[in-house]
Amino acid sequence: MAHRVFFATDSACVPALSSHAPCLGECVIKASSTSSPNAVELRGITKRFPGVVANHDIDITVRRGTVHALVGENGAGKSTLMKILYGMQKPDEGTITVDGEQVTFNSPGDAIVRGVGMVHQHFMLADNLTVLENVVLGSEKLYGIGDKARAKIKEISDAYGLGVRPDVLVEDLGVADRQRVEILKVLYRGARTLILDEPTAVLVPQEVDALFDNLRELKAEGLTVIFISHKLGEVLSVADEITVIRRGTTVGTADPKQTTTKQLAELMVGAELPSPETRESTVTDVPMLTVQDLSLSAVDPDGVVRAVLSGISFTIHKGEVLGIAGVEGNGQSELVDTIMGMRTADGGVVTLDGADISAAPTRKRREDGIGCIPEDRHRHGLLLEAPLWENRILGHVTEKPNSKGAILDLKAARRDTERIVREYDVRTPGIDVTAASLSGGNQQKLIVGREMSHDPKLLIAAHPTRGVDVGAQAQIWDQIREARREGLAVLLISADLDELIGLSDTLRVMYRGRLVADADPATITPEQLGSAMTGAAAGHLEHDESPESPAGAEGTDGPEDEAR
Amino acid sequence: MKKFDKERVLLAIAAPVLAIVAAFLITALVLAATGKEPFSAFGIMFDYGVKSDSQVYIINKATTYYLAGIAVAIGFRMNLFNIGVDGQYRLAAFFAAAVGGALTLPGIIQIPLIIVTAMIVGAMWAGVAGLLKTTRGVSEVVSTIMLNFIATAIIGYLLQPGRLGHLDAAGTKVATTPLPESSHFFEFPTTPTPIYGFVVVAAIAGIGYWFTLSRTRFGFDLRTVGQSETAASASGVNVKKMVVTSMLISGGMAGLIGMPTLLNDSYEFGGDFPVGIGFTGIAIALLGRNHPIGIALAAILWAFLERGGQQLEFENYDREIVGVMQGVIVLCVVIAYEVVRRYGVKRQQRQVGEKLAAQARSNDTTEVSA
Repeated sequence: MAHRVFFATDSACVPALSSHAPCLGECVIKASSTSSPNAVELRGITKRFPGVVANHDIDITVRRGTVHALVGENGAGKSTLMKILYGMQKPDEGTITVDGEQVTFNSPGDAIVRGVGMVHQHFMLADNLTVLENVVLGSEKLYGIGDKARAKIKEISDAYGLGVRPDVLVEDLGVADRQRVEILKVLYRGARTLILDEPTAVLVPQEVDALFDNLRELKAEGLTVIFISHKLGEVLSVADEITVIRRGTTVGTADPKQTTTKQLAELMVGAELPSPETRESTVTDVPMLTVQDLSLSAVDPDGVVRAVLSGISFTIHKGEVLGIAGVEGNGQSELVDTIMGMRTADGGVVTLDGADISAAPTRKRREDGIGCIPEDRHRHGLLLEAPLWENRILGHVTEKPNSKGAILDLKAARRDTERIVREYDVRTPGIDVTAASLSGGNQQKLIVGREMSHDPKLLIAAHPTRGVDVGAQAQIWDQIREARREGLAVLLISADLDELIGLSDTLRVMYRGRLVADADPATITPEQLGSAMTGAAAGHLEHDESPESPAGAEGTDGPEDEAR
Repeated sequence: MKKFDKERVLLAIAAPVLAIVAAFLITALVLAATGKEPFSAFGIMFDYGVKSDSQVYIINKATTYYLAGIAVAIGFRMNLFNIGVDGQYRLAAFFAAAVGGALTLPGIIQIPLIIVTAMIVGAMWAGVAGLLKTTRGVSEVVSTIMLNFIATAIIGYLLQPGRLGHLDAAGTKVATTPLPESSHFFEFPTTPTPIYGFVVVAAIAGIGYWFTLSRTRFGFDLRTVGQSETAASASGVNVKKMVVTSMLISGGMAGLIGMPTLLNDSYEFGGDFPVGIGFTGIAIALLGRNHPIGIALAAILWAFLERGGQQLEFENYDREIVGVMQGVIVLCVVIAYEVVRRYGVKRQQRQVGEKLAAQARSNDTTEVSA
């Protein structure tokens, strides 16, 4: 399989994975920083919560003037660890050393005094205030709230190439600009070590590049960056050193120059990665879903009407998985919403199993056999505060076993919930607990179980394994494959290119609301797919037989590090 | 699983009990601050409140309050704040009284006609807010408050001699034409005053509310919208239609609020028709956690406090103390529910975590030994 070649070429390199061995000088980019003491040292950090040990025996050494990446699966304990370092939580055991001095942080305020600042994943900015006001808020004593503060902001912004304008309203800024304001906020408070929690999760590839440039700038000025992520391609491109966390403890460090994403992933997971690959083809020639010339326009926040979907046409046959690749925000969610009937298309025809459903409401479409694993399960797939059995009814309230006529059949619904919990291995103490108390993976398994329980003709799976642990991921893939063998048509949307290539029978690339290219998953590589996703290629993507590039980046997800 | 449920019930009861105890304590402090002995005041209220004529009064008042609580609770379950229950029930009662006074049909036809008129008027008035919300995005909080004022103005305009009102013989009071004798609702003969027969309708309304919300598809859809509009729309509920429908139902229920008074007591709509019950309904729905039985208990408590407060005046206490107490209860209830809810969520997450960690540990050991 061609897309596996990308790993195979990489594995020729010697892996440089060693347990807790400090990285040697060759990964240091600025020679000046080698002599200084470590910016942060964590030794033997253990943190217990009732019933769980979030962190145990964590050892991390972050050298000054480097970008140090912390990688691990969701729930591995990265965030808890960073909360400890930032003073939001106190460790039960272990020591924190900042700039060679052992410290105890009781609050984020203490951490800031020591020069440790954090940029949260969810921005903490007041939309209706200006950048200046947001930056000085809470730190009015530092440089006042007037011209002195403005001058300081300018100074910091220029020094690190952040390009922050102090007098614009935050609500007028895009996501990337807001992130830079957050970074500036931390620098303004005198931070020398920045913790960035999943900073690229909200950015598009170009913005990621710009962020990485900023980080290199910070590094060049002798600042230290701790970068939390699970996007391995990005980590390899920006980090000077990588620490891997698994099940709450550090399992090793890696040198990004000599490590591949696959090795890193296996270190993260502690096992061979499951493969999304689909073996035999089950595609039939019976069309299940036909979309003809679908178009949709929306009014964006500036009041401008723009097309979000235009001229979308495709057919999914029984037993076929159609994968849609694309950078997020290029119309994929809108496409799902339109097929589900949650948005009304401006034009075009949607046919399901021979019946025109273009005008049918969502409920009718669901009853007719469309199952949906939504992109954002908390917003669209679950009632978080309702018990599991009510969540099992959600979306299928008119169908058996949930109701008889207009009356709910609670007994049958509860019994069926127990079946789903059993068959889909939802880890829960019972069906009366709320959905919110389950982990993401188990929530997803419940959703998959629910959608599969109504014999769908078409399954729309948007990022079906996002935020799901590896075990659950393999299971969800198995279930999709199983259903496909029985004649299910699947519309798969995913940002995980390996998943997309591995599961799909046909691939289409979506760019700015159009399907711009198609590819054969048997021959395409993630790199080619990635470049098509940025709009660089169109039409039918042919597999290029020239040797693979050795960089372990996943398409546009991982911009290359121009060794500076 | 059994244990899980028992603790959950305990948690559910903890909040209102906590709130009421806290409210009594705070009221005691207020009384003490004004130089009055607090606990004898509570004693007076209690002694007077349980007297047999007080019981009748409380049941009759609670009937009205219960309907108000249910009307508000329907909105709450949808995450809609129908502040307009007040205007809806007054307008409904007014038109129902006007229709009832104008006709002399047999009671078996006329009484349902009056009730249906009230429900339709209430529903229409609430429906205006529903339509404004779905078509123009106007918050129902704002529009229903405005509609309350408009309802007051409409009643003020129409309730005049020569329009729908007329001056009584004494020349002191303007009211609608009294209902004919045949349109009086039945009552339970008790001394000295009878219990309203409408308490039966209120009970039916409560059962209907419970059944519709927890046992029907429609109720499930309605609750889904209340919990998450996005999930509801993804699951196939037409959210806009549901907003209008639930406003109509809430308004229709609000139409019933004035009926115990109209059909069992005043038999006409005059300037002295009770006002402000819609707002009481908000407090009662909050206190009763939108639960049909909780609302009944809250309605009875409210009526009891009011009854007890009447006696305080004769004992040289300020009767406003009851208002203070009711206000404090509402505040405490809101706080206590949030505290208990958060505690409950945390507690459950912890329990789930513990159980799963225990399972995982036993799995791990088997894997190792395997």
